[in-house]
Amino acid sequence: MIPAAFEYHRPSSVKDALKMLQDLPDAKLLAGGHSLLPLMKLRLANPPHLIDLGRIDALRQIRADRNILVIGAMASHWMIESSESVKRHAPLLAETAGKVGDVQVRNAGTIGGSVAHADPAADYPAALLALDAQFVAEGPNGPRVIAVDDFFTGVFSTALDAHEILTEVRLPFQDAGTGSAYLKFAHPASGFAVVGVAAALRMNGGKPARIRIGITGVGPAAYRPKAVEELLVGKPFEARTVAEAANLAADGVDVNEDLFASSEYRAHLTRVFTKRAVMLAGERGGARSE
Amino acid sequence: MRTPLKHSITVRVNGAEYRHEVEPRLLLVYYLREVLGLTGTHIGCDTTSCGACTVILNGMAVKACTVLAVQADGAEILTVEGLAKDSQLHPIQEGFWEEHGLQCGFCTPGMMLAAIQILARNPNPTDDEIRHGLDGNLCRCTGYQHIVNSVRYAARKLRETNQEAIPSAGGGR
Repeated sequence: MIPAAFEYHRPSSVKDALKMLQDLPDAKLLAGGHSLLPLMKLRLANPPHLIDLGRIDALRQIRADRNILVIGAMASHWMIESSESVKRHAPLLAETAGKVGDVQVRNAGTIGGSVAHADPAADYPAALLALDAQFVAEGPNGPRVIAVDDFFTGVFSTALDAHEILTEVRLPFQDAGTGSAYLKFAHPASGFAVVGVAAALRMNGGKPARIRIGITGVGPAAYRPKAVEELLVGKPFEARTVAEAANLAADGVDVNEDLFASSEYRAHLTRVFTKRAVMLAGERGGARSE
Repeated sequence: MRTPLKHSITVRVNGAEYRHEVEPRLLLVYYLREVLGLTGTHIGCDTTSCGACTVILNGMAVKACTVLAVQADGAEILTVEGLAKDSQLHPIQEGFWEEHGLQCGFCTPGMMLAAIQILARNPNPTDDEIRHGLDGNLCRCTGYQHIVNSVRYAARKLRETNQEAIPSAGGGR
C-alpha cells in the first residue's frame, strides 16, 4: 500500500515548523510516523502536506530539570525505555514504554506522536495520568501547559489546537517511596491494550498516602477511576480492600466493545487488572504482600 | 492536485552510497526493492505487523514499510544483502543455517535483522528475552523454536569471536 500523494516539508526548528503549520492548509505533523503512515496507507488520512519533525534535535532530548523530568516529544519509545534518567526518576514511564508495540516500533515511534494521536488503546496515557504529567504545546502565541487530566478528551482527541505542536512531556519525579506498575492485557494480534492499568502510590506507615491510577483501552479516552483512588487513600493496604476498591474501576465508564472483547468482559478485565496493578505498585512501594 | 515535488535523498546502503530523486510518498521498503533492486527485504503484511521488511536504519531495527524514503535521507542502512562479508556468513546467517531456523524463508531476512538488534543490546539473552525481542516478527512455518535456537547460536558465536552484532555498514557502533 502506498499513501496518496502529498508535499513533504522538513523544518529544522520548532519555529519553522509552527510557521509551516500556519501557512500550509490541512498540513499534518509527522513524528515517528507509526500511527500516521498506516492511516495514510489505508486512505483514512490524506493530508496534502506533511511536516516532518524528525530533524529537530531539540525535540529528542530527555533531561532532568530540578525535580521535573522533561521528555522531548520526539523521544522514541526505546529512548524512554532505556534512559537511565527515566528509569531513575519515572520508572513507571520506562516500564510502560517497554510494553509499547515491538522492538522495531519502539525504535521508531515517539511519545509525542503517540499521545497527540490519542489512540484509546495506547499505553502511555495510563502512565501519564498516574504520574500527573504536564504537556507543553507551542503555538503561534507562544507555549502553554496542559495538565494530563485535561489532555485526553475523547477517541483520537486531545486538548491540542490544530496550530500547536506538542514539544515536551513533563513529569514530577517519582520519589523513592512511590511504588508503581503498568499491567496490560495485550490484544494477542495488535499488542494494543485491551485493558491497561497504571498505578502509582506513595506508602506511608503501611497506608497509601497518595495514589493515582490511569486506565487505558477501556473508555473513549484514558481516565482515572477516582472512586477507586479515594477508597484506598489512608486505608490499611490489604488485598481485600484493594479488590473491593478495584471493583469500581469501570463504573460510570462507557466501556468499549469490539470483536475481541465485549463490554462486560472488558469491564471485568478492568477490575482484575486494577487490583493487580495497585497490589504490585504497593509491593514495589514497600507494602508487605500477604 | 499537482504532482508533488520530488526530493533528493542520499543514503548509504550496505556501505554503498546512493542518491536519488524520490516522491515523498515512496516507502523505504519500495525504495530498497524497486529503486535499488535489493529484493532481500520482503513485503509481508505491509501494516507494521509482520516484520518481514525489517532493516537496520542508523543502528536501529525498523519496519521499512512504515518509514518514508525521504525520512531516511542521510541514513546508513543495512539490509540482509549486507550481512555477509567476503563470502563469510554473518553469525546470524550461520545460526539460521546450522539450527534450521527457516522453512520457506520469507520471514528470514527480517528475523535476522531483528535478531542482531536484540544481540547488539543484549549479547547473552535468555530464550524468553529472544522471544520477547522477536515479538514484532511473524513466522508461519517454524513454530519459532528453531529461530530461537538460531539466535542463541549467533549470540554464542558473536561472543566467541568478539564481533559487533550489527556490522558497521548498518550505522551500528
